[in-house]
Amino acid sequence: MTDLPVPVPETDNQPFWDYLRSGELRVQRCASCGQLRHPPRPACGACGSFEVEWAGMSGKGAVYSYIVSHQAVHPALADRVPFATVVVELDEGPRLTTNLVDVEPEDIEIGQRVELAPTALNDEITLPLFRARR
Amino acid sequence: MRFANQVAIAGIGETDYSRESGRSELMLTLQAIRAALDDAGLQPHDVDGLMRWSVDTSSEGEVASNLGIRDLAWFGEVSQAGNVGAALVTHAASAIYAGLAEVVVIYRGVNGRSGRRYGRGDVTGRGGRGGGAFSEPFGLLTPQHGLAMQARRRMHEFGTTSRQFGMVAVTAREHANRNPRATFYDRPLTIDDHQQSRFVVEPFRLFDCCLETDGGGALVLTSAERARDLKQPAALIRAAAQAGYAAERTYVDTSAAVLGPRFWRQAKLDRGEIDVVQIYDHFAPFVIFALEDYGFVPRGEGGEFVESGCIRWDGGTLPVNTSGGHLSEAYLQGMNHLIEGVRQVRGASTSQVADAHYSFVDTGVGTGAIVLEGGTR
Repeated sequence: MTDLPVPVPETDNQPFWDYLRSGELRVQRCASCGQLRHPPRPACGACGSFEVEWAGMSGKGAVYSYIVSHQAVHPALADRVPFATVVVELDEGPRLTTNLVDVEPEDIEIGQRVELAPTALNDEITLPLFRARR
Repeated sequence: MRFANQVAIAGIGETDYSRESGRSELMLTLQAIRAALDDAGLQPHDVDGLMRWSVDTSSEGEVASNLGIRDLAWFGEVSQAGNVGAALVTHAASAIYAGLAEVVVIYRGVNGRSGRRYGRGDVTGRGGRGGGAFSEPFGLLTPQHGLAMQARRRMHEFGTTSRQFGMVAVTAREHANRNPRATFYDRPLTIDDHQQSRFVVEPFRLFDCCLETDGGGALVLTSAERARDLKQPAALIRAAAQAGYAAERTYVDTSAAVLGPRFWRQAKLDRGEIDVVQIYDHFAPFVIFALEDYGFVPRGEGGEFVESGCIRWDGGTLPVNTSGGHLSEAYLQGMNHLIEGVRQVRGASTSQVADAHYSFVDTGVGTGAIVLEGGTR
């Protein structure tokens, strides 16, 4: 079974993965204007500043959109379909592409409340997955 | 824009469209270019400019040497993926208007079915690197995954339905059934066929998805002045512009929401003046979203517009994708839409709109668009 691609940390996003390894979800916050942004990148699109802080998130949010792959259009999906991918909008505002653990694809709906479920792939990478909020 | 009606598309050419061409992408490219030059009444030695999609595998050097071009005065490519056709026209028109080149050929030759397939991420996958680290590990692996995510949110916001998506596909098929070059020329499609078709990536059903095609296409651009002396009625480039998308995805706005207002302003045209439209239909829902975001219809009303038959050649007020488009003619990454846009102002489409004067072509749901102007009304 082909695996889904594993994130390859790079200079501009290494802290994101470092925090997740310890179970923390942090996203970039512009140290100049306070704008949150994700995925990580060098400069603030709102004010242009390079100064950045890593702001801790509550890990709570809601499903903003979702898809369900039924055809394995990519080899990595071969033994996984039907496979749901969701976009979660955090209560703080940023949106992340992720998966829901323990939720069947047919039970996913927009607006559904979810919370962070950090899931270790290996020693280096922990994925920011989510689960239905209990 | 200053080059308005100063540059023209003087020649169009294409190969046959198939699932397995049995030819190299370079061969498809050269055959399409030869056809376009023949159409214009020009010779290979007249060409001094070449432009291509960055994802096209035939380099300008290979093409120039096979055509016998000794002095290539202008060449270039535009990056992103399939969605840069109108951007290439914009660049080429700028170069011709600036006097940097006299005859520029824009080409696309691709074994998109038998070779590297866009639909399987062969061209666009990033192996978990760069931005791919935040999408691919979660199953967002191909263009259709990201676009389906956007379509789902848009359905939620505006109430657009799968059945309305289906009417886009059915209309494209009706047009393809009139076009002998189309892949699905002899295959009808009903709304029930669409609604009963399986999901590929929900909310996209099979018949929401474009074809994968082997084939080639080419355009010959030159000054309007020179075009007047050539074989075909000139398709004057009334307007051409491109737009890059912002990194921050809204999942609601397409790039047409950005390009649209600027485009109509730069073009000094009103949407209501447009007679016929081609829209980049990699996925049927995006025809509706583009119609809305370019302002042809108010947001949230595109679905009803399509459902009530307005985009049909037969009786519609604004016929869309009159050759069958990417859904039913061929998927040549916007090239076949540009070719059909030219045919419409020449009066040569198989679904010809009567007295088509302004022909609008989008080649990426807002990444770029052109308006071609034909003869007098």
